[in-house]
Amino acid sequence: MTDVEHRFGRYGGQYVPETLMPALGELEAAWRTAVADPGYRAELDELLRDFAGRPSALYRARRLGEHAGRTLYLKREDLNHTGSHKINNALGQGLLAKRMGKQRVIAETGAGQHGVASATACALLGLQCVVYMGVEDTKRQKPNVERMELLGARVVPVEGGTGTLKDATSEAIRDWVTNVRDTHYIIGSVVGPAPYPAIVRDLQRVIGDEARAQLLEREGRLPDRVIACVGGGSNAIGIFTAFVGDADVELIGVEAAGDGLASGRHGAPLTVGGRAGVLHGSLSAVMQDAEGQITEAHSISAGLDYPGSGPEHAHLRDTGRASYVAVTDEEALRAFATVTRLEGIIPALETAHAFHYALEEPSDSALDLICLSGRGDKDLAQVLARLGA
Amino acid sequence: MKLDAGGKRAAFMPYLMGGFPSLEASVAVGEACADGGADVVELGIPFSDPLADGPVIQAAGSAALRAGATVDGVLGVCERLAPRLPVVVMCYANLVLARGPEAFAAALREHGASGLIVPDLPMEEAPAVLAACDAAGVDLVPLVAPTTPDERLAAIGARARGFVYTVSVVGITGEREALADAFADVVARAKRATSVPVALGFGISTPAQAAQAAGAGADGVIVGSRLVRAVADGDDVRALVAGFAAALS
Repeated sequence: MTDVEHRFGRYGGQYVPETLMPALGELEAAWRTAVADPGYRAELDELLRDFAGRPSALYRARRLGEHAGRTLYLKREDLNHTGSHKINNALGQGLLAKRMGKQRVIAETGAGQHGVASATACALLGLQCVVYMGVEDTKRQKPNVERMELLGARVVPVEGGTGTLKDATSEAIRDWVTNVRDTHYIIGSVVGPAPYPAIVRDLQRVIGDEARAQLLEREGRLPDRVIACVGGGSNAIGIFTAFVGDADVELIGVEAAGDGLASGRHGAPLTVGGRAGVLHGSLSAVMQDAEGQITEAHSISAGLDYPGSGPEHAHLRDTGRASYVAVTDEEALRAFATVTRLEGIIPALETAHAFHYALEEPSDSALDLICLSGRGDKDLAQVLARLGA
Repeated sequence: MKLDAGGKRAAFMPYLMGGFPSLEASVAVGEACADGGADVVELGIPFSDPLADGPVIQAAGSAALRAGATVDGVLGVCERLAPRLPVVVMCYANLVLARGPEAFAAALREHGASGLIVPDLPMEEAPAVLAACDAAGVDLVPLVAPTTPDERLAAIGARARGFVYTVSVVGITGEREALADAFADVVARAKRATSVPVALGFGISTPAQAAQAAGAGADGVIVGSRLVRAVADGDDVRALVAGFAAALS
C-alpha cells in the first residue's frame, strides 16, 4: 500500500470548509486502519471477485490491432458488474462507510457510471444512497438515472451552473458539509481534498496491477504505451500506477478536446496547461479565467465534461512521467464506430477518446495497452442522435 | 481591526454580495447597512463555485458574475464603503491564489479592507495567505465550526486575527427557522480558545435569533442570506438592518 499523500508535488491539499476538516481526518484514520486490517482486504477482494467479476479480462484486439498497425491489448473494465471501472472504488468506499458506521452515502456522477456503481454498492451493503447529477446529464444519460432509481438510490438533478459534473460535485460537497456526521461521501474520481485522491487511486490501482501481470504472462514483456481517458482521471491513475516505476513504458492520458482546443469549448486542463487552481478541495490543473473563476467545460462525453483534474495527474505531467493529449467530440464518435464495427465492443464515449488516440495518431509503439474503462450502452441515444440515425 | 459594537451587546455585521445586483447598487446596499446601524460589513466577492453557500448567496453570486462583477470591481465597492465602516472581504481561495496571496493582500489594503475571510482555506492551507495578510496589515479571519474539536479550535484561535468567525450550524449558509441546538456551545468553546472577539454566523435570520446569539456571548452577529434575499426582493435594507441592530441594543 502506498502512502496517503496530501500533496503530489505542489498539487492536492484540503481546500474545504472547516466543517469538513475533522471528517477528512476521520476518513484518513479509518482508511489507514482498514488497509492494515486483513479482514477489510479479504472482504473487498471477495466482492471484487464474486460480485464485480474480477480479475477483468485482458483482451488482444486483433482487428483493431491490424487497423492501428501494432499489437493492442484492452483491459476490459467494461466487463465488470455495472459496466465500468467505477465499481472498484464504490465497493471499497462502501465497505469503508460501513466500518465508519455511516448509514448514508452520497455520490456525484457525470456519465452515471459512478452513480450506478455507488447505488449498486449501497444496495448490496444496505446503505442509503443519494446521487447528485447535473440536470443536463440526467437527460443525456437517462438509462443510468433509471438504473440508479431501480437500485433504490435517490437521484437529485442539480440545476446550478451548467448542470453537469462540476455542479453535481459542488452540490454533493454542500450535502456533505450539512450531513457530515452520519454521511460518507463516495467521490468517484481521484479528485477532491486529501485523502480522497490517494484512497481512490489505491482502490483503482487493481486495474494496472492485474493488467501488468496478465500482459507479462501473455507476452513476456511490458507495453510500450499505456493509454487511458481522463476526466477526473481515476481509470487512468488506476492503470498507470502499476507502470509508474517502469521507465520505458509511456503513460498517456487522453482528455476531451470537445469542439477543439482552440474553441475554448473542451475539457482538457492538463493538456492546455496554464496556472493551477483550486476546484472541489484540491489544487490541480483547472480551466479558469484570469481572475480565477472556474470556466465551463464541454465534452460530448459526460464523464469527461469537467474543468478540473486529479492532482496526481498534474504532478505526473509536470515531472514528465505521463503526457496528456486531447481528442475532439468528432474524433471520439468516429472511434466509437470503429471499435464497435471492428471488434464487436461498444465502448463508452469516454473510452472512445482513448481509442481515437491509440488507433489514429502515428507512433512507433509496437504494443499498446488501453484501458477500456466502460461500456457504451448508456451512450446509445446520444450517439444515434448525433450520427443522425 | 477592532470589533466595536458601538455600545450594543454585540456588533452587527451584515453580509452583502459585491456586484449584486450591480456594482453601483451594492455600494448603495453597503451604505444602507451603515445608515441602519451596522458596525462592520462583510463584502462577498462572487465565485463560480461557492462550496460553503446555500441557494440565496449562490444565486446572488451567479447574478453578480453575469452582470460583469470582477475582483477589482468589488474592491472598488470596498474602497467606497471603507470610509463609512470597517469592511471585511469574503472570497473563495482560488480568487486569492489566482492573483497570488501577496498581490491580493496588497490590493485589499489599497482598497481599505480591514480583513479577509476565505471559507475554503482551513488552517493547514492558510500559512502563505496569513503571512501576506499580516504583511499588508489586513486581518485574516479564520472560521471554526461545531465539528471543530477543542484542540484544533485552540490552534485556530491562536492564529486568529481580528475575530474568530464561528459557524453556528453543521451546514452551509442559508436562513433557518431556529438556531441549531449547539450554537451556544460552539460560541463558548471558541471564546475559551482565543483572545480575539468571537462572531457567530450562518443561519441567523431574525432579530430574535441575533439577540439569542448575543445572549450566548457572541461579540458579533453575522447575517448573510436574509440580507441578500432582501436585496434580491428590493426590500428596505436600512430598515431591516436597523431592526437587527435594535435587537442587539
